[in-house]
Amino acid sequence: MSKYYQPEIETASRDEINNLQSERLISAVKRVYERVPLYRARMDKLGIKPGDIKGIEDLGKLPFTSKQDLRDTYPYGMFAVPMEDVIRLHASSGTTGKQIVVGYTKNDLDNWGDIVARQLVAAGINKSDKVHVAYGYGLFTGGLGIAEGARRLGCTSIPVSSGNTARQLTIMQDFESDAIACTPSYAMYLAESAEKSGVDTSKLPLRAGIFGAEPWTEEMRKQIEKSLNIKAYDIYGLTEIMGPGVAYECSEQKGMHVNEDHFIIEILDPDTHLPVKDGEKGEIVFTCLTKEAFPLIRFRTKDIGTVTHEKCRCGRTFVRMSKPMGRIDDMLIIRGVNVFPSQIETVLLQMNLSPNYQIIVDRKGVLDTLEVQVEITDGTFSDTISDISRLENELAGRLKSTLGIAAKATFVAAGSIARSEGKAKRVIDRRN
Amino acid sequence: MFIKQLSAFVENKQGALSQIISLLSETGVNMRAVSIADTQDFGILRIIVNDIDVALETLKKNNVIVRANNVIGVELADKPGSLSKVLSLLTEGGVNVEYMYAFVTPGNSNSAYLVLRARHNEKAEKILADNNIKMLSEDDIKNM
Repeated sequence: MSKYYQPEIETASRDEINNLQSERLISAVKRVYERVPLYRARMDKLGIKPGDIKGIEDLGKLPFTSKQDLRDTYPYGMFAVPMEDVIRLHASSGTTGKQIVVGYTKNDLDNWGDIVARQLVAAGINKSDKVHVAYGYGLFTGGLGIAEGARRLGCTSIPVSSGNTARQLTIMQDFESDAIACTPSYAMYLAESAEKSGVDTSKLPLRAGIFGAEPWTEEMRKQIEKSLNIKAYDIYGLTEIMGPGVAYECSEQKGMHVNEDHFIIEILDPDTHLPVKDGEKGEIVFTCLTKEAFPLIRFRTKDIGTVTHEKCRCGRTFVRMSKPMGRIDDMLIIRGVNVFPSQIETVLLQMNLSPNYQIIVDRKGVLDTLEVQVEITDGTFSDTISDISRLENELAGRLKSTLGIAAKATFVAAGSIARSEGKAKRVIDRRN
Repeated sequence: MFIKQLSAFVENKQGALSQIISLLSETGVNMRAVSIADTQDFGILRIIVNDIDVALETLKKNNVIVRANNVIGVELADKPGSLSKVLSLLTEGGVNVEYMYAFVTPGNSNSAYLVLRARHNEKAEKILADNNIKMLSEDDIKNM
């Protein structure tokens, strides 16, 4: 069994990667200038011609693309090929505004399949394995994206799609799924349901999980690995750029390798828009190098993250990006302070509290209020009011020191916070 | 001597208490005494029942966070001064009562019963036993 899916590129030298990126960037810029009116207009305005881009060192000269640009040109304004060459459409879920639609040519789907296959192989999956895909199939890129990777690799995909948890568990047992792909919150829900219905996960053949499409923490990873008795891998992607597989995790579990033969990652200071150093936080920006149907240049993801060029023990040479530390979109501004739900999750898990929580932001008079509701568990319940109150106070204290603003901590009944079968609804903002 | 009490977490919102009680009523478990302590957001329901195993199992199965714990059941003469005597003994012994509640039964109109829990439960039990205060056993509860 091979350790890499495409070893020649996954372990290429930095010079080889840089040269390939330069060559592909020059051609991508030429294509978008000729075929996408928005890029032609922006570059003309900046006085840049495609010939001015001689390699990756000129990337900073190029204009940015924002999510708003994609909405403004909806549905097909950013497409760079005629519709006869587009063989698939996907759309973003539209949770943060109007939905956007993206297209793929045959080459795009093949490339997508390849980068997902790199993830599958990195997770120890081979041709004889069966991958249980519990991401939604449809306009969302999760389900069909993983399926495309399984097809390129030649392993078996089981397109269960999302929902119907009892059926997921039956299929997992009867079809003997070797790996599962879904959102991490759904993986936790599955584990919980397995326990409730008496399914012994240690007896299942399941050994790897590929999880993404929403923020999750190292603590959640540990819980999932323990409760499902698997190794959990983090996959990164976004509809605008490709879908899952833009970056993938190896068995070192120390950051996700960005598929640099297809994408350039930049980490930019949110204010100056200049690159930050390795390890420093900034906004993640992607440029598509090979995309034919929907090629984006310097797309601002609004995800906050870091990269490292440090050598990875797995032998892959692609840069590694951190798990996004929060989305600028998800960021709550409460009393003028930036708050990320992931910070709250970390505090809960440090205190061994339930991972089922909800953040409620409200306004009393002119003052914003923050309340964190957490489900009570056997481990946190006490017969004495003062014990529970003490725990609430401790949580409130830790939240205050982590977030920098006061928060009310409240325990609620077990099972009372809505479980998600797709993306977790963690925040209720009543201020608007 | 201790008796078992059930403690359950109840959210302080409409219907939460009734839901738990109705789960118990469906099992045919009989309640000897009920008490609820509440804060602004949540409460703790404390119950003495005739069949604690069935009650525990039913509530757990229905996702209620519940726990069985040891409390002291005291039988008192139903007349002025008897509660005061018990509390004085505990105070003199340096024992702090965390909570208590009382109940009576139709079968024994001369007695009142007290359920109490102290921060140092064993110490409280010893003080009462040393002073010949009559305490309830699990069998007493079942046979009430």
